[in-house]
Amino acid sequence: MTVPVTWYLLLAAALFAIGTAGVLTRRNGITIFLSIELMLNAVNLSFVAYSRLLDQLTGQLVVFFVLAVAAAEAAVGLALFIAIYRHRRTIDINRMNLMRW
Amino acid sequence: MLDWLWLIPLIPLASAAVTGLLGPRAPKAAVTTVAVGGPGLALLLALGSLWEYAAIAPEPVTRTLYAWTAGTIEIPVAFLLDPLSAVMLFVVTFVGFWIHVYSVGYMGHEPAPYEHSYQRFFAYLNLFMAAMLLLILGNNFLVSFVGWEGVGLCSYLLIGFYFQNDDRVPPQAGRKAFIVNRIGDFAFLVGMLTLFSVFGTLEYLEIFDAHNAAHVAAFGEPYALGLTLASFVALCLFIGATGKSAQIPLYVWLPDAMAGPTPVSALIHAATMVTAGVYIVVRTNLIFQLAGGVSMLVACIGAATALFAATMALTQTDLKKVLAYSTVSQLGYMFLAAGVGAYTAAIFHLFTHAFFKALLFLGAGSVIHALGGEQDIRKMGGLRKYLPVTWVTFWIGSAALAGLPLFSGFFSKDEILAGAWAHGHWFLWGIGALTALLTAFYSFRLLGLTFHGGFRGTKQEREHLHESPAVMTVPLGILAVGALGAGYLGIPKVLSFGAELNRFHHWLEPVVAHLSGHEAVAHLAVRTEWLLMGATTFLALLGAAIPGIFFSHALPRFQPDYRGTALDDGFAYFLPKVYTVLYFKYWVDEVYDKLIVRPLRRLAEFFWKFVDGIVIEGAIRVGTFLTELAGDFGRFSTTGNVRDYLLYLFLGIIILFWWVFV
Amino acid sequence: MDSFLDLILGNTLTRLVFFPAVACIPLLFLREDGPTGARPVKIYALVASLVELGFGLYYVLPHLGDGGFPLMRDAALDWIPSFGIRYELVMDGISMPLVLLTVFLLPLVLLGSWRGITKHWRAFTAANLLLTTGMLGAFLAFDLFVFYVFWEVMLVPMYLIIGIWGGERRIYAAVKFFLFTLAGSLLMLVAILWLAWTHFDLTGTWSFSYEVLLEMGLPANLQMWLFAAFGLAFLIKVPVFPVHTWLPDAHVEAPTGGSVILAGVLLKLGTYGLLRFALPLFPHASHRAQPWLVAVALIGILYGALVAWVQVDMKKLVAYSSIAHLGFVVLGLAAVDLIAWQGALIQMVNHGLSTGALFLLVGMIYDRRHTKRFDDFSGIAAVMPWFAFFLVFSTLASVGLPGLNGFVGEFLILIGSFRELPVAAAVATFGVVLAAVYLMKLLYRVLWGPLEHEENKSLTDLDLREIVALVPLCALMLWIGFAPQGFLAPSQTALERLHTQYTSRLAQEAPSEPTMAWWRPPEAPDAAPDTLDEGTPLQQARRDDPGREPAVGIGMEASPGASGEGSREVLR
Repeated sequence: MTVPVTWYLLLAAALFAIGTAGVLTRRNGITIFLSIELMLNAVNLSFVAYSRLLDQLTGQLVVFFVLAVAAAEAAVGLALFIAIYRHRRTIDINRMNLMRW
Repeated sequence: MLDWLWLIPLIPLASAAVTGLLGPRAPKAAVTTVAVGGPGLALLLALGSLWEYAAIAPEPVTRTLYAWTAGTIEIPVAFLLDPLSAVMLFVVTFVGFWIHVYSVGYMGHEPAPYEHSYQRFFAYLNLFMAAMLLLILGNNFLVSFVGWEGVGLCSYLLIGFYFQNDDRVPPQAGRKAFIVNRIGDFAFLVGMLTLFSVFGTLEYLEIFDAHNAAHVAAFGEPYALGLTLASFVALCLFIGATGKSAQIPLYVWLPDAMAGPTPVSALIHAATMVTAGVYIVVRTNLIFQLAGGVSMLVACIGAATALFAATMALTQTDLKKVLAYSTVSQLGYMFLAAGVGAYTAAIFHLFTHAFFKALLFLGAGSVIHALGGEQDIRKMGGLRKYLPVTWVTFWIGSAALAGLPLFSGFFSKDEILAGAWAHGHWFLWGIGALTALLTAFYSFRLLGLTFHGGFRGTKQEREHLHESPAVMTVPLGILAVGALGAGYLGIPKVLSFGAELNRFHHWLEPVVAHLSGHEAVAHLAVRTEWLLMGATTFLALLGAAIPGIFFSHALPRFQPDYRGTALDDGFAYFLPKVYTVLYFKYWVDEVYDKLIVRPLRRLAEFFWKFVDGIVIEGAIRVGTFLTELAGDFGRFSTTGNVRDYLLYLFLGIIILFWWVFV
Repeated sequence: MDSFLDLILGNTLTRLVFFPAVACIPLLFLREDGPTGARPVKIYALVASLVELGFGLYYVLPHLGDGGFPLMRDAALDWIPSFGIRYELVMDGISMPLVLLTVFLLPLVLLGSWRGITKHWRAFTAANLLLTTGMLGAFLAFDLFVFYVFWEVMLVPMYLIIGIWGGERRIYAAVKFFLFTLAGSLLMLVAILWLAWTHFDLTGTWSFSYEVLLEMGLPANLQMWLFAAFGLAFLIKVPVFPVHTWLPDAHVEAPTGGSVILAGVLLKLGTYGLLRFALPLFPHASHRAQPWLVAVALIGILYGALVAWVQVDMKKLVAYSSIAHLGFVVLGLAAVDLIAWQGALIQMVNHGLSTGALFLLVGMIYDRRHTKRFDDFSGIAAVMPWFAFFLVFSTLASVGLPGLNGFVGEFLILIGSFRELPVAAAVATFGVVLAAVYLMKLLYRVLWGPLEHEENKSLTDLDLREIVALVPLCALMLWIGFAPQGFLAPSQTALERLHTQYTSRLAQEAPSEPTMAWWRPPEAPDAAPDTLDEGTPLQQARRDDPGREPAVGIGMEASPGASGEGSREVLR
């Protein structure tokens, strides 16, 4: 018995929603990155599902790109947070509002 | 000579420029030569032109200098010599020249701070001559208007000549004159514009051509404000004339204008500029004949002004102010004449008045000069011993003004009153006669207070009393000859035993338009005319006699230290209320100030402070306030919080997707 | 027309417009802080402006004699072809007097400011020169976009002049000036873009050219909106009530030179814009708006005069008098009568001269006493007779004394408007009474009376420099007053052309939809514009022998096409 593609897509959607919620609500910077990774993985999953559905390899190729971009972005972002932590001893993003009016 | 007509206004203009620009550094003699030579030369040219013209009169002569073009408009800068402008030309150049000569003596030694104003005076006076000549010689409204405003300008400059006085009276008076004049000019300009828009030209001969049936008909068409074209234009021009010739309601500047040097009062405010209004009315008599209502208005205002001003002259204590009110009154006579249709009489009176009034003013100047600047007649008296020539000439002038028989004023005034009666305006005749009585009264009052009785001034003044130098007395003499003899140019028929001796009338007759259907000539029965003449003569003699009694040698016998002020004192004692009203000139100036000047000023301040300052600035401030407010609200979105920015980002993406795909 | 350099070298009008901008470059090499102070800069400024004046006269004078100034057209350059923006400068009888006025006033401004401006002379000179470039370009542009660019170019130098060298509240005044004028011009930009877009919709090509857009017919209600936008921009500049409040502040705070150029030329751009663009492009709208224009003009005349009367500051009085005078000009323009237009045009020049002189004089007294309030003066005529003479002279020109220039303009405007709008003209005539009132106040409070203040007793009269700055103005005032035909004749053909253009457009019904080729200009004069400019030697060479490689050696490709027609390679 094969798993219907729809389920994969629903899973991807659920993961994406959970990731978005995490991005928008969490205070901890690392957690936000975690959520972003979750979103990206959800996207990956949906690409693979579509690739299977439409019987094209393009989707899987895109996944490689997304993985590379995610890795790069995580690296840069974590480096930024380390720098911020060194200065402000916190990674609570609510505390980073120097650009207030 | 006639081809050089255009030089006549230009020579004084040139001499004005030279005197004004080069005068400050030049020696006095040079200034005198140029400044008096200019008008002198103009006089010679004028006389020559008149001599030539006399042969071809009454054909008008036009000489064009150049054309003032503006696209489709072409107005020639041209000069016209016809019987009317010939008379004016003679008056202006002749009287003007002698006043210039007089001024050499009068303005020769001014006290500080005006020691160096000699050339300035002559520059202005020459400029005035140029403008006045432009006014009367112009063959169209535009050239005349240049002169019209030009004389207004020179009047302003000359009235305010003593501008450094601490009391600021001269510049105030000058300003008043200019502005009141401008009100008249506004009406004049509207009249000009109307004429141009209807006829396409401004030339006198073209517009006021009685033989041109089309024009005459056009004048009869209804135009504006319920008036015909003729009435409308006549009204506009008349209002302009009231400004320039100091009639009700725009006369208020003339008495104040006495703040200027006396030769100015003589030339500008007696002989020439103030007569410009009369000139214009007579020049345009065609429309006044066609506009009966306006003519009646002219006559009434003339008569009213004559009486009104004469009453004020009864109580004035400033030598020149009496003469100023007298001028206003005499100008009223001229307008009365013009209003009833006796145009030649108006100009005749203008002619004689120029002589005797200028004479009176110059005589006054002689007195003021002798007294070192005193102008209050209460402080004068008994001057005939010290200033005999001045006294004699002043006497002649006063007699002419009063209209005593054999003097020039008698003939001209009589012609006016006869004309009024002949046209059926008995009421106006009455006013004129009453005014004649008052005129005689105040002129002999003035004579008496100044020259008769005992001297009421200070001891120093008495020591300095001296007759004026020849340069001043010669013009007095010449003008006295005119004041005596000018009337004989217009001897009425009744006095000439049948001969046609009214040369003046015949000379000017062609200028009066003869419209078919308008009977301008009215004849009086001989007996009526004798009666009228007798009546006015009687009134004049009566009016002269009253002060005569007070200043004769009779009274001092009763009161040894009688100084000659009994007349005024008596008046003030027996009729105090009347005296006060007259003394304060009916408070007209104050009324004008309260009713017109102050409210206008308040309106202007309201506009500035409220409309500009609060309403408009307020609107702008509201604008800036709203912009700032929007900014204030807008800035709350920049929380500095990354999460909020992410939220905006997210929302934006959703909206974008929605918009693109849905 | 192949490159900008060629443009400058080859074309008279472009030379005229850009020479001041180019003349700014040597300023970088002059020093202000040397032993002689700013003298070298001052002299350089004067020389540069006189050269510009020379240019102007040289280009204009030879053509004045043949009755009616011909159309002088620079070869056009396709500036931004994809949007149809052509850099096109044209001088005809309407812009010629204003161009001459601009180049005439510039040296006087710089000369008059020698004493008043003390710091940053190089910047001041540069600002004035750039301002001149902007103004000349605006007067000469025949392409709406180019016109708009030059219009905006004028704003910044003026803003700097007021804001840097001005009085106490200069920032406020400068910002106010800037924002007011900008608001108007932004609306105008919208209207210009709309016009161009409509043209694109109709023909498929872009064009901002004035002459091309003239042929377009627009429905009346659309015209109203566009006219309102254009009109507002120009009326703010004039300025008319109620958008006039920037002017008194700007004038009071600006330095003398700034005031002279502001009153002398900048205000005229508003009226010029009305005459050249707003009225002809939207005839039906402007006809419908005529009562409003007349009303606003009359309000300006009376209100401006009344408010001028009660001022306590000399410069504000003259500023409000500008509003009154330009009210006359707007009345003349609104009357759509050829004579009134002639009067309006000459009155624009006259106002520049007389008000320029008045501001110079006020500036001269300010240089000495550092105050402009009436309370601080009285009786100056006793110590400064030459100043008194010039002040009285300029005042009389301003009040419209016949024989001086002010009367010529007023008289023509009144005569022209009297036929169509007699009541309005009569009301406007009353303005002459009010003009006398406030100008007499100026003379009375400053010149006449006793010397009240100690400081005034030691005032020095005008020196040679100041007299030299004033004499040309006064001479022109006298000349125009007595013999105006020399000044009126050159603009006559251009005004007639514009007038017949306007009336023939008005005679046609406005279309219900925008249409192209709705109106064609009358054949004879415009079909072949009588261009005076034979072009550069390069262009001449190309015209003579198109295929040949020109020997002028500017290093460009030979391009097909003669004096401006056809497709061209444009080197950028």
